Amino acid sequence: MIEANGSKSRRSILSGSAAALSTAGMLALLNTSARAASTPAKSGNAAQDAQLLNAALSLEYEGIAAYQIGAESKLLTPGVLKVAVTFQGHHKQHRDDLIGAIRRLGGTPANTKSIPDYAKELDTASLKDQADVLRLALKLERGATNAYLGLIPSLDQSDLYVLAARTAADESFHAAVLGQVLGEAIPQKAPMFG
Amino acid sequence: MRFLMLCYAVLISFAALGTAIVSAVTAYPQPLAGPQKTPLLGNASRGAYLYEAKCGACHSLDSNRIGPKYRGVFGRKSATVPGFHYTAALKKLNVVWNRQTLDRWLQKPTAMAPGTAMGYRLTVPQERADVIAYLKQQSPQR
Repeated sequence: MIEANGSKSRRSILSGSAAALSTAGMLALLNTSARAASTPAKSGNAAQDAQLLNAALSLEYEGIAAYQIGAESKLLTPGVLKVAVTFQGHHKQHRDDLIGAIRRLGGTPANTKSIPDYAKELDTASLKDQADVLRLALKLERGATNAYLGLIPSLDQSDLYVLAARTAADESFHAAVLGQVLGEAIPQKAPMFG
Repeated sequence: MRFLMLCYAVLISFAALGTAIVSAVTAYPQPLAGPQKTPLLGNASRGAYLYEAKCGACHSLDSNRIGPKYRGVFGRKSATVPGFHYTAALKKLNVVWNRQTLDRWLQKPTAMAPGTAMGYRLTVPQERADVIAYLKQQSPQR
């Protein structure tokens, strides 16, 4: 009963707000939406942004592959494996976010390569123990943090700044955890990235 | 009373001197936003660290990854690494990579080759000089 009243009350507030919007305000909102939807097709900068995000997408593909190779290496203890799979899940979410953004910009998302291709490029044959796997992951996560931060000034559309910044934050979280597991000293100087 | 006034004057003088020192220190030349006419001399050791930290997400010396491999880049014509799929922007660029061209490229790739997939910028001139010195060191024939 309380919930029903609450819902009714929320509806009242929402309908009241809609009624309070002037016709001019509604038109302005509609115009803004239409402009946002048409920007990718019209703007050359949208194509540039899509190109830049495709490089970031390739970075995520590589990260996903690196964690896959690590997970299948039999070098990781069960606890570390669990964390690696969780981190890989974050990278899959980043991948999906980037694919969505690239499509919204009117671009075509880049394709991933095969796991053997990534294994060769990252020289994963040289990984001999868990610490080697974690050091590779740390290197990629640190690099990815810097890559996303360094990307922001080149992006044209401000909503993409948030996408790049929050992804950078995820990567730096991964790097912090990996550094801790590897027993690395806490950096004494800030800024640590960028 | 005169002694107190003298002490006060000395204190004021020291305060003024302190302000002047702070001003001089903070006025030390900051990194320039524009391209350098004469690229700074770089330190290859610092460049090796910077290359790993700032370029290593996408580049390796000996593997084509998100970007092309960099060993031998110094003196190489743009978009000519075998096996790497370049954007149309890079294929059109047509430069030889040297200190000046790399400096421009690393400062703002999208200005030098609009449409490139590389968005990362090295904005600090000395960092660019260090990375370029390292890349030159890794291009032994050049």
